[in-house]
Amino acid sequence: MRKYLGLGVSLLASVALVAACGGGSGSDETSEPTAQTNEDAGSGAAAGAELVVWSDAERAEAIENAAAQFEEDTGATVTVVQKNFEDLRADFLAQVPTGEGPDLTVGAHDWLGEFVESGVVNTVDLGERAADFEEVTLDAFTYDGQLYALPYAQEAVALIQNTELVGEETPATWDELVQMAEDAGFEDRPFILYTNGSEGDMYTSYGFQTSFGAPIFEQADDGSYTTEVGLSDEGGQEFAQWLYDNGSAGTGYFTDTIDYDIGNELFADGESPFIVQGPWTIPTYTDAGIDVAVGPIPAAGDETAAPFVGVQGFYLSAQSDNALLANEFLTGYMATDEAQQALYDADPRIPALTAVAESVADDPIQAGFLASAQNGVPMPNIPEMGAVWDFWNPVQIALINGEDPETVWPEMVSNIESAIAE
Amino acid sequence: MSASRPSETDPHSSATPDAAATPDAAVATGGARPARGGPARSGRPRGSGGPGESHARAWTGPGWGFVVKLLIMMVINAIGVMAIMSAYAAGSWVVLTVLVVLLALADWIYFSRRTLPLKYLYPGLVFLAVFQLFTLAYTGYVAFTNYGTGHLGSMQQAVDAALIQAEQRVEDSPSYPLAVVREDGEIGFAINNDGVVQVGTEEEPLEAVAGAVVDTAGTPIEVPGWDVVPRAELFADTALQEQVVELRVPVSDEAADGSIRTREGSTGAVYSSSLTWDPAARTLTDAETGTVYSPDDRGNFVSSDGQRLAAGWYVPVGFDNFVRAFTDTAYAGPLLQVTAWTFGFGILTVLTSFGLGLVLAMIYNDQRVRGQKVLRTIFILPYAFPAFMSALLWRGMLNSEFGVINEWFFFGANVDWLGDPWLAKFVILWVNLWLSYPYWFLVSTGALQALPTDVMEAARIDGAGRLRQFTSISLPLLMVSTAPLAIASFAFNFNNFTIIFMLTNGGPAFPGASVPLGATDILISAIYQISGVSGGRADYGLASALSIIVFIVIGIISALAFRQTRKLEEI
Repeated sequence: MRKYLGLGVSLLASVALVAACGGGSGSDETSEPTAQTNEDAGSGAAAGAELVVWSDAERAEAIENAAAQFEEDTGATVTVVQKNFEDLRADFLAQVPTGEGPDLTVGAHDWLGEFVESGVVNTVDLGERAADFEEVTLDAFTYDGQLYALPYAQEAVALIQNTELVGEETPATWDELVQMAEDAGFEDRPFILYTNGSEGDMYTSYGFQTSFGAPIFEQADDGSYTTEVGLSDEGGQEFAQWLYDNGSAGTGYFTDTIDYDIGNELFADGESPFIVQGPWTIPTYTDAGIDVAVGPIPAAGDETAAPFVGVQGFYLSAQSDNALLANEFLTGYMATDEAQQALYDADPRIPALTAVAESVADDPIQAGFLASAQNGVPMPNIPEMGAVWDFWNPVQIALINGEDPETVWPEMVSNIESAIAE
Repeated sequence: MSASRPSETDPHSSATPDAAATPDAAVATGGARPARGGPARSGRPRGSGGPGESHARAWTGPGWGFVVKLLIMMVINAIGVMAIMSAYAAGSWVVLTVLVVLLALADWIYFSRRTLPLKYLYPGLVFLAVFQLFTLAYTGYVAFTNYGTGHLGSMQQAVDAALIQAEQRVEDSPSYPLAVVREDGEIGFAINNDGVVQVGTEEEPLEAVAGAVVDTAGTPIEVPGWDVVPRAELFADTALQEQVVELRVPVSDEAADGSIRTREGSTGAVYSSSLTWDPAARTLTDAETGTVYSPDDRGNFVSSDGQRLAAGWYVPVGFDNFVRAFTDTAYAGPLLQVTAWTFGFGILTVLTSFGLGLVLAMIYNDQRVRGQKVLRTIFILPYAFPAFMSALLWRGMLNSEFGVINEWFFFGANVDWLGDPWLAKFVILWVNLWLSYPYWFLVSTGALQALPTDVMEAARIDGAGRLRQFTSISLPLLMVSTAPLAIASFAFNFNNFTIIFMLTNGGPAFPGASVPLGATDILISAIYQISGVSGGRADYGLASALSIIVFIVIGIISALAFRQTRKLEEI
C-alpha cells in the first residue's frame, strides 16, 4: 500500500515540478492562439516565422545588419547560425532532406551540381535586378538554365609580386616572369607555386593550365560546362610537360614542400618575388611590411591564363517552409547595394553587383584581383567536378617529383573519365 | 540474485539512518544489535541476529533515503515529461515513443521492490542502447542502402526537386507588379500588366478587371470584387505564404502559355513547367517530348530509353555495398593494400612502443638511478601533448625542403619523408612511437614494481642469469597484466585516425589508382575519404558497409587475442 502511496506522491510532485518549471512554455502555448486571432483580425502583429540562415563567421554580422531592417518590416525573426565555411556544404546536404536544414545558406557556386543532384536547393529569380550583377557570377550559379542562388561575391587567384624586388610592372608571360626574377637575383626560386604541401593544389595552378588551352571540362557555347573532359588534348600534355620541366627533374622551381603557411612566409620574407594566391593572403603580406602589386596570371602557353573564378552566394533550401519570406529577404534586402557593400566591408572579396564592384576597384590591389577574375572562367558547378580533384591534385605532385608526363597524365585523364562515367 | 542479497543493497534499508526512528526494525532483527545501534548497516554477518527475517523485509516506511530518491525521480520525471512534450511539439513520434517507454520503465524500476538488479543496471543499459546500439543499428541500416550524393532524401523530395528544376521562367516574360487577393477563402493574384489590372485564380485564368487602383509602384491596391491582402498580413501568416508560393494562375485557357507565379508576393512572372507528376501512377511526364519517367529500384526516375532525372532518393540495395567493397576492381586493389597497412601499422606500432617503453622502464626502474621521479615525469611529456598538435609539428619538421629534420640530421638533403610511400609509412610509425612509448613506459614501470621479489630471489638462488630471469619470470608475469592493454592499444591504433589525418592525410596517393586513397591510409581514414565528408562525392552506404567490416574484424581479433591472454594467467 505504501508503495503505491509513494508512487502517487512522486507523480504528483513531478507534475507540480513540471508545471512550475514549464511556466515559460505554458505561457507560450497560451500566447499562440492570441497571436493567431491577431492575424485573423488582420492587424499584422509581428508574430511571424523564423528564418534560419547559415553563414560563416565573416559574413554573419553583415547578414544580421541587413536582417534588422527586414525583421522590422515583416515581423519575422532571422536567426543566423555560424558554421565553418567548409562544413556548410556537407551539413546542408545532410540536413535539408531531414527537415532540419536552414532556409538559406551561404555557399560556394561549385557545390551547386551536387545540391541540384541531391534536390536540396530551390531556384531563385532576380527579375530585372539580374542585369545589375556581373555576368560571370550569375553564370556560376546557373545550372540547366536555372539560377539557384543570389551571388554576392567573386574571387580569383592572381599573380602577386613584391614591388621592392621586381618593380610594379606585371609580367605578361611565364618567361618574362622568370627573367624578371632572375634579374633580381632569384635564380633558385623565381616563383612560389602553392601545392598544399605534398597533396597538390590545381586550383591555384589552373591559370597556367588554361594558358596551354586545356580546360578541365569543355564549355558549351552558352558558357555552361559539358561533361567532356578537356585535358586529353595536346594542350593538356604540354601543361604536364611544363610542370615536369619545372619540377625536380628540370629547373627545380616547383617543389612539393610549399604548404599555405610556408608559401606565405617565403613570400613575406622576400625569399621569392612572385606568388599566385588569393585576396585572402594580402593581409599576411602587408602585415609583414612588404609592398605588393597584383595582376593577372602570366601565360605559360600561348593562350590567356584563365584562373578559376569562385563565386559565393546565398542558396535557398528546397524544403524551406518560409520560401516567400526567404525570397523577400534575398531579393529585397540582400541584393541591395548597401547589403553588398556591408558584405564587402566584412570580408573584402570582389562584390557581385557591378556597381559595388566598380566602387571598390579604386583600390589597386582589388583592381588587380578584378582584372585576374575578368580573365577567368567560373569553376565548373557540375557534380562531375567533385570527382576530379582526387585525381588531378596528386598528378601535379607526381609530375613535380619527376614522374613521366607521358604515362601519368593520360592515366589521370582515363581515371577521371571512368569516375565520371559511374 | 539470491533472496538474501537485497538486504545488503536495497537503498530503502541501507539508507535508514536513524534506528530510533524505526524501533520495529530493531525488534525484528532480534536484539543482536547494540541498543544504541547506529545506522542499520549492511554487511553484518548474517545469521548472527537470531531467527528474524532480513531487515529489508522489516522496512516500515519512507526514510530520508526515500525522500532523496523521490526528489531525484521528480527531477528525472520533470526532464522526461519536458522532453516528451518537446518531441510532441516537434512531431518526432519515434523519439516520443522511446522517451515514454524509457521514462515509464525508469519509474517502474525505481519504485518497484522486485527490480533490484535493474536499479543498478538501468542507467548503463540506457546509455548502451542510446550511444552504442542505436549507432550500430543505424550504420547497419545505411550500409544496406545507396544513401549518398544524389540519393539523400525521400522519393517525395526527389519529385519536389524535379518539379522545381523543371519549372522555368518563360523567356522574355517581364516581371509584373503583383498583389495577393482574396474572396470567400479563395486566393488569387492581381497583376498590373502594362496598366491593365488582371485577376486570376488557380481555376480561373487571368482576366482584366475594370476600376482597379494601383499605387506609384504599379502594385494593385484596390481591386473591385476582391480583398487585397496587405503585405503585413501576408508576412505574418505562414499558412497563407505557403498557399501563395504554391499558387499558379494560368495566363490563358491554353496550359502551354504558362502560369503566373510569385516568389516573394510582390512581383509575378510567367513560368512554365515541362514536367507533371502523376501521384497515382508514380510517374513524371515531360509535357513537351512525352517522355515518361518512372521510378526504378535504384532510387531514380528513368525513362524507357535510359534517360535519368538528376535527383534521386535512397533505397535499400541489399548486399551491394559489401559486394562492391570486395569485387569492384576500382576499390578492391587499393582497399587490400590499405587493409594490409592497417594491420601492419596496428601491430608494429604496438610492438615498437611497447618494446621501447619496457626497455626504458626496466632501465629506470633500477634502484641505482638517481632522480627517478623527475626523469619519469619528463618521460611522460610527449604523452601529455595533444596528439594532433604533435602530429602537425612533426609534419612541419619533416618537410623535405624547409623541415629541421633534414637540415639538422641529414646535411640539408631533401629526403622526401612524406612523399615516398615507404618513408611515409616509417614516419607514421616513428611519430606514433614518439607519441605512445611514454604510455608503455608508465604501464611497464607500474607492472615491474608490482612483480613479487621472492620469485626473483628464488631464481637468483637457483642460478638463473639476468637474461633468463627476464625471459622466464619478469616477462611472462608482466604479460599477464599488460597483454590486455596491448590488445586494447592495437584496437585503438587500428582506428587511429588522428595521426594519419594530421601527419600525411593518407598520402602519398596510390599512383594511377582510380580511388582517392594513398599509401598511408588505414581503413578508418579510407572510410572517411569514401564517405565524402571531406569533399568529393559522398557514398555513405559504402562507407557504412566498410565500417561494419572493420567493426567485425576488430571484434574477432580482440576476442581471439583475449582468449590467448587467458592462457598467460595460467602460468
